[in-house]
Amino acid sequence: MHHRHTLKTHLTGYLFISPWLIGFILFSLGPMLLSLFMSFTRWSLLSPPQWVGWENYREALFHDPLVYKSLWNTAYYTVFSVPLGVLFSLLLALLLNRNLKGQKFFRTVFFLPSVTNMVAVSILWMWIFNPEFGLLNRALSLAGVAGPLWLQSETWAKPALILMSLWGIGGGMIITLAALQGIAPELYEAAELDGARAGRRFCHITLPMISPALFFNLIMNTIGSFQVFTQAFVMTASSAEGSEGGPNNATLFFVLYLYKKAFQQFKMGYASTLAWILFVIILFFTILQFRLSRRWVYYESGGNRR
Amino acid sequence: MMTNRPSLWHWFSNGVFYLAMIMLSLVFMTPVLWLLSSSLQSLSGVFSVPYQWIPQPLHWENYRSVLTGLPFVRYFGNTLLITGLVLFGTWLSSSMVAYGFSRLKFRGRQTMFSLCIATMLLPGQVTMIPLYILFARLGWVDTLLPLIVPAFFGSPFYIFLLRQFFLTIPFDYDEAARLDGAGPWRIYWHIILPQAKPALATVTVFSFIGVWNDFFNPLIYINSFEKATLTLGLNFLKTQIIGSGVTQWPVLMAAAVLVLVPNVLIFLLAQRHFIKGINVGGLRG
Repeated sequence: MHHRHTLKTHLTGYLFISPWLIGFILFSLGPMLLSLFMSFTRWSLLSPPQWVGWENYREALFHDPLVYKSLWNTAYYTVFSVPLGVLFSLLLALLLNRNLKGQKFFRTVFFLPSVTNMVAVSILWMWIFNPEFGLLNRALSLAGVAGPLWLQSETWAKPALILMSLWGIGGGMIITLAALQGIAPELYEAAELDGARAGRRFCHITLPMISPALFFNLIMNTIGSFQVFTQAFVMTASSAEGSEGGPNNATLFFVLYLYKKAFQQFKMGYASTLAWILFVIILFFTILQFRLSRRWVYYESGGNRR
Repeated sequence: MMTNRPSLWHWFSNGVFYLAMIMLSLVFMTPVLWLLSSSLQSLSGVFSVPYQWIPQPLHWENYRSVLTGLPFVRYFGNTLLITGLVLFGTWLSSSMVAYGFSRLKFRGRQTMFSLCIATMLLPGQVTMIPLYILFARLGWVDTLLPLIVPAFFGSPFYIFLLRQFFLTIPFDYDEAARLDGAGPWRIYWHIILPQAKPALATVTVFSFIGVWNDFFNPLIYINSFEKATLTLGLNFLKTQIIGSGVTQWPVLMAAAVLVLVPNVLIFLLAQRHFIKGINVGGLRG
């Protein structure tokens, strides 16, 4: 009797998680394995897949200049937008943490852009970056500076997108703010009694205490930044399909290139190869950041320092 | 006199903080003001130098031409339909799975839960091509189904959020109900779910914003104009306008405003839930 009872409880448990379990097999595990298989094939959807061995990987890693171009563009974007984003979200959080009157209003203003429709936001920024009549160059010309062509310039297209990304740091700010507000006031009181100045208090209390939040932002922003797509797709295309990627492919980011291979040229095998290369890169940097984090992230329970 | 010094310093530093916040919020708001202003300009208005922030007169007809030039109402309806069904599917499936992971004991639970969390880190690009082929084989391309059906299979982030919340509900409730003869289904439906309203609200806000603003999935699955979502329709309009000689920026801005309004309203109404969700996901995840 007892045995049957436990069997039934196990079954009930699996019944409850079955939606996820079925979804996991159908929409994650299955496609993942299929995608790995496809990365070794040539497949245009019209004819059956053709096994080509390492051919796609050889092509992508050694012969396709656009792979390196798009990786370079993505790395450039990541190297600037991620650290700047983490830094500015920390600054905004520190300002809000004063709990001044009107804090809620300011928080909403800083937070709102990060949860809005990316296509609408991209269209807005296309207009802001308009070389002749856009907001940015109008403002620059008031200061006597002739602004660049921004999205139409090979040099300035990526900085333009980085600048725009700083408008959307609200999510990171909220996480950092919560971490700041979670610091026990006694810590500061004790430090003040010891005569520690504001700078020292910041470096020895604030920063260590919020380092897990900063680390979380760093990882999530890095992953997100490697996958940047919508802005580049919407903002740097002319009307012709296939023209996405900006002047001389200056904003051809890796996922945009992958999209074009898969859904404009229907090279499903090669696109799968690119997807796996991206996966390996993201995995590598995530693991690297976790390793490096042991040196600077402080967890109260000490769980990370074994 | 000595006691006055800290408060003077306090006043001064608060003033500096206020100044910084006001300047920064102006920087953050200027693009929005520019959007609203441009959406009410005439075509010559947006090209005029110097720029007039308040157009004379206000050209509301930009909004009318978006609403008449595009099947905007239709896009709105499509988006609403998708969002509604996705929310329904998410509530049902994610809460069920979260209940299993938080309140039932079964062999392999920890492994399964770790697996569920791990899939959050799997980049969508790895699965999107086989998924596209799967949905194409099912004949679902250019239908709304690929945008709706997956939501009925739970989503790891929402499962995680709900599980965290369920763990805070005292287990005594389950025990009492069990003594009254209630099985797990009844406990889930009549005891846990009614108490989970705050967590479900958080899930709803996230899910709403995510689906309402999704671009990638509609982009790859929907080809017909009349099946587009608001976001995809906006991109159609952009392609059309950018391709036609002189760019009608005012009309494009008006369309962007119309797409943003429901998004911003929901955000303002539910910001509290949103912030809670971010913090649960961010700090414990």
